[in-house]
Amino acid sequence: MSIDIQHQTELLRFTTAGSVDDGKSTLIGRLLYDSKSIFEDQYEQIKQTSERRGEETVNLALLTDGLKSEREQGITIDVAYRYFATPKRKFIIADTPGHIQYTRNMVTGASTANVALILVDARHGVIEQTKRHAIIASLLQIPHIVLCVNKMDLVDYEEKRFEDIKEDFSQFASKLDVSDIDFIPISALNGDNVVNKSTNMDWYDGSTLMYYLENVHIGSDHNLIDCRFPVQFVIRPYSDEYHDYRGYAGRVAGGVFKKGDKVMLLPSGFTSTIAKIDTYDGEINEAHPPQSVTILLEDDLDLSRGDMIIRENNKPDIDQDVEVMICWFNPKTLQERGKYTLIHTTQEVRCMVKEIRYKLDINTLHRNLEDKSIGMNDIARVVLRTTKPIFFDSYRRNRNTGSIILIDEATNETVGAGMII
Amino acid sequence: MSNNYSLSHLKELESESIFIIREVAAQFQNPVLMFSGGKDSILMTYLAAKAFHPAKIPFPLLHVDTGHNFPETIEFRDRLVEKLGVKLMVGSVQEGIDKGLVTEEKGFNASRNGLQTAVLLESLEKGKYDAALGGARRDEEKARAKERFFSHRDEFGQWEPKNQRPELWNLFNSKKHFGEHFRVFPISNWTELDVWQYLAEEGVELPSLYMAHERDCFIRDGIILAESDVIQRRPDEEVKKMRVRFRTIGDMTCTGAVESDADTLEKVIEEVATTRITERGGRSDDKRSETSMEDRKKQGYF
Repeated sequence: MSIDIQHQTELLRFTTAGSVDDGKSTLIGRLLYDSKSIFEDQYEQIKQTSERRGEETVNLALLTDGLKSEREQGITIDVAYRYFATPKRKFIIADTPGHIQYTRNMVTGASTANVALILVDARHGVIEQTKRHAIIASLLQIPHIVLCVNKMDLVDYEEKRFEDIKEDFSQFASKLDVSDIDFIPISALNGDNVVNKSTNMDWYDGSTLMYYLENVHIGSDHNLIDCRFPVQFVIRPYSDEYHDYRGYAGRVAGGVFKKGDKVMLLPSGFTSTIAKIDTYDGEINEAHPPQSVTILLEDDLDLSRGDMIIRENNKPDIDQDVEVMICWFNPKTLQERGKYTLIHTTQEVRCMVKEIRYKLDINTLHRNLEDKSIGMNDIARVVLRTTKPIFFDSYRRNRNTGSIILIDEATNETVGAGMII
Repeated sequence: MSNNYSLSHLKELESESIFIIREVAAQFQNPVLMFSGGKDSILMTYLAAKAFHPAKIPFPLLHVDTGHNFPETIEFRDRLVEKLGVKLMVGSVQEGIDKGLVTEEKGFNASRNGLQTAVLLESLEKGKYDAALGGARRDEEKARAKERFFSHRDEFGQWEPKNQRPELWNLFNSKKHFGEHFRVFPISNWTELDVWQYLAEEGVELPSLYMAHERDCFIRDGIILAESDVIQRRPDEEVKKMRVRFRTIGDMTCTGAVESDADTLEKVIEEVATTRITERGGRSDDKRSETSMEDRKKQGYF
């Protein structure tokens, strides 16, 4: 492995979704094993466990089953993060459980992913859960989706079975807001088309899953157009050397900021010019997502956390009424007229649920206008009223400035995640 | 294609970690950075320095000193603290033993590693810290793979893996009730190789223990341990001179070395990139049972 190549690798985050028996853990185990990311002592440990349980082969799924209770039940109960690297890319897998009560984990894993792998069992084809996974991937605007048709070995590697499932899913997906879907027939258990090309499916001339992951184009997954810089922290050294230093630290949420740019500050509406973009390693000329930098302005203005630096001619929406698709995470139902703490970029405000417009059936996409009881794992469209204006873009346009979370003020739990429409 | 605006994976990880460290300074009243002297906590202090430059790191470091540290670790720590101009708080396991907070383990495999938990929790309580930044990584151990960036702890400092708050996008919920606190893990997404490559690329100074050197060692249960006053050797355990380096730095009693000729960072990276044993494979504290890390974490271990 050449170290020089490693330095230049990109980071790709992907999420995996599947039902309990779709072989998701086996697939991840296979990716790790075939890409030689498993260490000898880890392999030894799962080999021993497999033998103790009387299993015939080494159960690669054991690699990803982390917590005690999970291994007892043989299912995954929480998002687990896995890492592996090839000379081309470094990968972060958000391994999320598929059964219904853990939709919240799937949403969590999907929120930062570039790619979603959705697994189906070749014997069962597209089932309700597959549709739910696809709808969530679409709601969360994961840029790329791969439908992995697994357990091809159990349908004799039959082309027709694969084509039928592909057809079935394509038809369903045409109703969704996804642009990039691929299909790969695999057997995670035997390794067909995971890292190595299958010799059992000569009829398939597409890429293996690993080739796909290494090559899918993710360069345009960030918004480089709308300049958004939420102020995170104000840096004031109070030292002799930096007596008048006042830097606005934050992570670029959209667009490209350059030294000398005319900028506008929200909420004040004052304008100024970028005097300097500072980092520990020295001044830089421009900053883009997802860089963490410190911006200094030419004028002595008083900005604080939650404020936003933008370009004058490209403003976000500034409003106290926000339309949101919300995923609910808590057994305590969403309350119409209920009050919650809302976090958006680096801003924290209070909000009230002004109206529940409809509940979305996440198996059929049907909009239920009557049923307004929004419980755990439900998704609904709501209108929120905030105590002061927030500066946002639609989630479709920018995941960073279009996402919110809601916090229950009594329990402090994160009860909902919202995508601004 | 707008590819001029992409970051290398190391720069992206750096940016993510700096964002989280700044979130901690912004969202908490009284944070502290847990410093063990290992490469991960050295990376943490380095990233914290970057996050607040040109200001100083706006929180102190907390070192839980077992009294069984390698002398190199303590020297390095004191120099670093002086260079950064931060305050160092020390929680002493020896003091904890002396006043009866914890009881020392006895026998050949005695270790003070487990005793750190009680001392850590006491130090956090005493300092009234509401957030403790740690250098844990998700790739280290399977229980850590499910850890959040912002990990909520109840008033007993316990981790409840089944009832963790969902964490989405880059929005972090730091709300808590009186007496509760958070553990925050800004380098969650780094792997061992990422850490080494980054430290090399940035030219960060590291303790000499990480590079190959000659040392008196003995072998116990397949693990190479350093000969020292704090470990009892069995009669059949022979001391010999070996050329070793350490992949993690913890207590002398439970940190295993690997035989190695890697005496520069570049050679270490090459070794890490091709090695076939996990980093914690040399930690005898993880080997006590299959779920020992999970059990310790639930109790409040870092």
